[in-house]
Amino acid sequence: MTTELKPKIAVKNLNFYYGNFHALKNINLDILEGHVTAFIGPSGCGKSTLLRTFNRMYDLYPKLRAEGEINLNGQNILGSGVDLNMLRAKVGMVFQKPTPFPMSIYDNIAFGVKLYESMSKSEMDDRVEWSLKKAALWNEVKDKLRQSGLGLSGGQQQRLCIARAVAVKPEVLLLDEPTSALDPISTAHVEELVHELKKDYTIAIVTHNMQQAARVSDYTAYMYLGELVEVGETDAIFTTPQQKATEDYITGKFG
Amino acid sequence: MTAQELRLKQQHRQDAAFRGATRLFAILVLALLAAIIGSLVYGAWPAITTYGLPFITTVEWNPVTSAYGGWDSIYGTLLTSFIALLIAVPVSFGIAVFLTELSPLWLRRPLGIAIELLAGVPSIIFGMWGLFVFAPWFADNIQPWLMDHVGTLPYIGWLFQGAPMGIGLFTASLILSVMVIPYITSVMRDVFEVTPPMLKESAYGLGATTWEVVWNVVIPYTKNGIIGGIMLGLGRALGETMAVTFVIGNAHRIPETLFDPTTSIAATLANEFAEAASEIHIASLIYLGLLLFLITFVVLVASKLMLMRLQRNEGAHS
Repeated sequence: MTTELKPKIAVKNLNFYYGNFHALKNINLDILEGHVTAFIGPSGCGKSTLLRTFNRMYDLYPKLRAEGEINLNGQNILGSGVDLNMLRAKVGMVFQKPTPFPMSIYDNIAFGVKLYESMSKSEMDDRVEWSLKKAALWNEVKDKLRQSGLGLSGGQQQRLCIARAVAVKPEVLLLDEPTSALDPISTAHVEELVHELKKDYTIAIVTHNMQQAARVSDYTAYMYLGELVEVGETDAIFTTPQQKATEDYITGKFG
Repeated sequence: MTAQELRLKQQHRQDAAFRGATRLFAILVLALLAAIIGSLVYGAWPAITTYGLPFITTVEWNPVTSAYGGWDSIYGTLLTSFIALLIAVPVSFGIAVFLTELSPLWLRRPLGIAIELLAGVPSIIFGMWGLFVFAPWFADNIQPWLMDHVGTLPYIGWLFQGAPMGIGLFTASLILSVMVIPYITSVMRDVFEVTPPMLKESAYGLGATTWEVVWNVVIPYTKNGIIGGIMLGLGRALGETMAVTFVIGNAHRIPETLFDPTTSIAATLANEFAEAASEIHIASLIYLGLLLFLITFVVLVASKLMLMRLQRNEGAHS
């Protein structure tokens, strides 16, 4: 098992700035292929910011900049020659709130696929079914694929968003507090899903909920004020944290 | 009665007075609308009884023989507005997308303000600019070129024929489009700006380009607002008087090409009201005014119906 541990994403000396604000300070971290890595820490610690550097989402906004290296499959994605659209097709993302596009369930999924692949109607049907099954949503929506994605419940919408991200067959899935707007049952659905998906994808998940991190992840990283305090196997982080700060946070003395 | 009770009573009275006043104002709007329609119908009555509904489809405007028909004016109104929208909608869309998605930050405010200022330019200025600056330049430089090069093409060539006078159907439409662009642009910009960033990020996150995000996500999400903006522009274009009167040519005829002079309802009214002598002439003009009112009303209703149908069908097609 240990021989297979290779980093999918390797972060080296990463610094991130919002204008003059230094939001991420000298981050060094490996995200291992085929595993779930959770990022925990109090609000504003930079965990979402870190996640958004992995697909360079920050590029959409002026005055944000990253320095250092983020290697995806050994290639620095912070370099200037990177095709952002290709990068984002390889690194899918799911957000805090469900964001179905204003179109049918079918089209929500087909949208991303059509950007990169041309396929026949039946191939597309198969892909839609495949990704909805991956997201454990197929049985609930198979009879209403032509209806608007906006008509689904919150939990279903979020699974639709996961299906949409999965449909383009990315290598990495970034989940930015994917259950923060969901009820407990939907949350359980999504967590089960993370378990299922890690067989095929490398997953990075940001969460406010420490139990969630403990439940779904193999590795956990604790961040505080833009610094990576500690990272390690989830069991170890939650049972025998090396840093006092980590222990204080996970035992609820702080945060 | 204690002081407190007195105060309460006074507050109740104030509240009742306030409620009554707001209701009065609201009713006043309805009454005003009814009064306008009533006086239009009353004023147009001689023409309505004389010509009836065929007035709408007749091309004839002869004060000497007192023969009146409104189709040329109606046709001119509809056609100039339609061509104006044809030009203005894509341009406005481009400006709005640039302003919200592509423009560097420092340029957004000045550009946005410039668009709003354009909306504030009085229509007479547009009319004068159109007549004294644009039309002669257009007649000398652009029209002959268009006639020589585009006018000889099959299928669409006939559109670009006619005397190069500078004024006419096309110039009026162009000036109208410039006038409605700021309205459509600012509505589009506003609705594009309220699209949730997370929704756009979701599409970018799949690897979509700016164009794909705007076309597939932002537009469907904001279609109500976009249609509202276009209808606002159309409403403005239909009723625009001064600028159109200056440049449309004011000829009571159906234009055969884009360069032909024609007229619109508003232009006909502006030109002839002061000189209309006979009762039937005045009544015919008011009849035209009533029809303009109805056209605007129908456009509004149609846009509402369209929005309702769009909402019902949301997501129904693939």
